[in-house]
Amino acid sequence: MAVISYIQAVTQALREEMKRDDKVFVLGEDVGKRGGVFRATDGLYDEFGEDRVLDTPLAESAIAGVGIGAAMYGMRPVAEMQFADFIMPAVNQIISEAAKTRYRSNNDWSVPMTIRAPYGGGVHGALYHSQSVEAVFANQPGLKIVMPSTPYDVKGLLKASIRDNDPVLFFEHKRAYRLIKGEVPEEDYTLPIGKADVKREGSDITVITYGLCVHFALQAAEKLAEEGIDAHILDLRTVYPLDQQGIIEAASKTGKVLLVTEDNKEGGIISEVSAIISENCLFDLDAPVQRLAGPDVPSMPYAPTMEKFFMMNPDKVEKAMRDLAEF
Amino acid sequence: MAENRHKSLGLSDEEVLDLFRTMLMARKIDERMWLLNRAGKIPFVISCQGQEAAQVGASYALDRTKDYALPYYRDMGVVLSFGMTPQDLMLSGFAKAEDPNSGGRQMPGHFGQKKNRIVTGSSPVTTQVPHAVGIALAGKMEKKDFVSLVTFGEGSSNQGDFHEGANFAGVHKLPVIFMVENNKYAISVPVSKQLACEKVSDRAIGYGMPGYTVDGNDPLAVYEAVKAAADRGRNGEGPTLIETVSYRLTPHSSDDDDRTYREREEVDEAKKKDSIVTFANYLREQNILTEEIETEMNEEINQIVNDATDYAENASYAEAESAMKYVYEENEE
Repeated sequence: MAVISYIQAVTQALREEMKRDDKVFVLGEDVGKRGGVFRATDGLYDEFGEDRVLDTPLAESAIAGVGIGAAMYGMRPVAEMQFADFIMPAVNQIISEAAKTRYRSNNDWSVPMTIRAPYGGGVHGALYHSQSVEAVFANQPGLKIVMPSTPYDVKGLLKASIRDNDPVLFFEHKRAYRLIKGEVPEEDYTLPIGKADVKREGSDITVITYGLCVHFALQAAEKLAEEGIDAHILDLRTVYPLDQQGIIEAASKTGKVLLVTEDNKEGGIISEVSAIISENCLFDLDAPVQRLAGPDVPSMPYAPTMEKFFMMNPDKVEKAMRDLAEF
Repeated sequence: MAENRHKSLGLSDEEVLDLFRTMLMARKIDERMWLLNRAGKIPFVISCQGQEAAQVGASYALDRTKDYALPYYRDMGVVLSFGMTPQDLMLSGFAKAEDPNSGGRQMPGHFGQKKNRIVTGSSPVTTQVPHAVGIALAGKMEKKDFVSLVTFGEGSSNQGDFHEGANFAGVHKLPVIFMVENNKYAISVPVSKQLACEKVSDRAIGYGMPGYTVDGNDPLAVYEAVKAAADRGRNGEGPTLIETVSYRLTPHSSDDDDRTYREREEVDEAKKKDSIVTFANYLREQNILTEEIETEMNEEINQIVNDATDYAENASYAEAESAMKYVYEENEE
């Protein structure tokens, strides 16, 4: 099996889906000739032409809104927001339109569209090239939000998102793009949206997280294993709607739960995970549920000192895991 | 006898009579909904009155077997032209389960009916503009020759989605007809406080498309402009911006009181130009709308509106728990 990077898995999934289905096309800023500022659509313009790899005007609401129109017609657009931070002008289209189209039309119309966006920090991106924006969208029934951690999950989940008949926000961690590599089958496969995945079996503590933080938790778990602490790690993969059963099973397994995100702490995805655990697992818990997250400041500052202060890393996760194990 | 204006547009006597009939149908359904609202039978009405000529004139200029309509909340004339029935509209007014727009989920005026290519809409204004562009883009990719007609008010022409959508369509030369139904008011705010330019159509040049302002009380003028725009679109020449100028004859909605912001004299003056009156006069002058035909048409429409009202009033609401359905795709048993 070939070992490829996280971003190569994105490109591979796009290419395979565009080959498989003529209705699939890509639109966004710089996705065409340039192949994307991160090169996620590299080579697609040459292979599929400018009509299916469409460079749009610099206008995010139109990228989302035109995509919605094409999807309502029956196409399968994959829209790219150049950075998740820049999705905000498109929020009305995503929340008022895409999320509600099926519901408001009583199942007459639907929006089979995927919106991809690179999120996350640790790349000297400062306030507006580092944000995690999933919590903005995570109380909007009608949307699905996928945030994969590995190249294998990227390929299987991006294909599933493109084939899904409802709108999917697909957030890719930009630091993971070239940092994270992994085995990815060359053949076609999909993974189920809405299903969390156990990335490490363990019996002492449970870590529930998503995105790049999954790797921080895995690294920390290897170190802690040497100290005799055996961590169970659940990767949410889909952060909305959440895999409640998967969360309950993982939390109940060890009774000690650490929730990790690089997003701000208050009102985030992991807060909802915590609520699910408290509603369902009270008698299985041996410690208060712990949240490890970014601080509640607007976003990640540019200077390396402050960026490091904000950004999640394996050391912070390791310390929180050890503290919980010792509780 | 006055000049025959419709023959030169390729419209037969029967076609203009049918066009008028649809205008009158929209007016009479709208009037009935106000009565029902004031009688406490339906919670909300938002009106087409004063804009029927623009709505029906534009729709009749299209190929209603393949073109797409993305109406806004006043467009009863558009949706009737595209195949929605008076009964459908009454079901929406009463929020009943059989309402094809939304099954009683949305307020009246939030149109949508896939089988007639009436694209579902929401309440935040102008969001439908980029959708019309996306549908036209899809048509171009699929090598179809349909056009999309998107309508909205002059207030909406200030929204970012108008600018973003129009620019996108201009850049990619897409077959979209942007039709601004300028009724002079955005709720209480007059056009003088909405636009710094004289006409909405002045904005077209910024998007690389032609812009025209036509009399929105004249269905034939609107028909002519939209027909030319549809031909341009089908020929691959790109989008067109059309502004139809008329007047909103009612308050903004059943919850508004327009006496707080405009003079009665102004409304009375506008009523003299009401297309239901002026176009009927034209058809009478042409001996197309004879006394006999007019009596018959009025009786027929009254009967249809009565039947639609009775049917909708007696129809069932959706089951309460059905509010849980269709958040996502469901595999029905």
